Amino acid sequence: MAMGLDFDVVALPDADHPEEGEQAPDFERPLVNHEYWEDCALSDLTADGPVLLLFHTMDGAFPTTYLWNEIRDREWGEREADDDLTVVGLSVSSPYEHKTTIAERGIENTDYRLFSDPQNGVAEQYDIAHDLDGMAGVSEPRPAVFLLDTERVIQYAWVADEWPEFPDYDEIEAAIDDL
Amino acid sequence: MSNPEITLYRLQACPFCERVVRKLEAYDLDYRSRFVEPMHSDRDVVKRISGKRTVPAMVDEATGVTMSESANIVDYLDRTYGDADETGGAA
Repeated sequence: MAMGLDFDVVALPDADHPEEGEQAPDFERPLVNHEYWEDCALSDLTADGPVLLLFHTMDGAFPTTYLWNEIRDREWGEREADDDLTVVGLSVSSPYEHKTTIAERGIENTDYRLFSDPQNGVAEQYDIAHDLDGMAGVSEPRPAVFLLDTERVIQYAWVADEWPEFPDYDEIEAAIDDL
Repeated sequence: MSNPEITLYRLQACPFCERVVRKLEAYDLDYRSRFVEPMHSDRDVVKRISGKRTVPAMVDEATGVTMSESANIVDYLDRTYGDADETGGAA
């Protein structure tokens, strides 16, 4: 989604990321809630219901703040109609930073949780790794959203092809409502 | 992921917690680690399960035991899973 700027935003190279209808790669990483973190596999989450997996920039960057504010305000996963949908984020930030994000976004009393992947291996599995210009040696996922069913089959996929780029929240919400 | 009976509430780089981990590994026990905050006052989850905010704290669902203090936990693991009790059941 273009931001209405009067100059060209940086285009990202093509990514061979998993598409709708394909099974999303499984992974295990520390999953952080407001009280603790423990190793958790994506497949453990999908075993309990559909999962909205959101890759975002490192905690503290404004897109991450905006993203979680939007999710919180739209109450994805918390609405009665969402049934057993699980909503999880993922960034290269440490569990300590995720706990700060959970507190600062005011989502302590939700089921929202964040995966911590400092070495960016999950983004590599999904072919959405993005080397950050001006931060030597730092790579993170490009912004991306995957809505998965209980078999980890992708029902909706969005991957940024510009930097920065924000997901279309209405489109995601429609995909959730279509589950 | 397996669903281990033992859950260890621990703090990263806490020597008392590592002492318990060493013992769990020595007895080849399956356990789940839950990492909590360095800030004592923020450890409500530990207080809820054990009544105190100290770590390590351990829950063993196999025996229904919850305990704190590494020395106590190590003693418990020795008694319950050590050579003295080959059955591995509750002491």
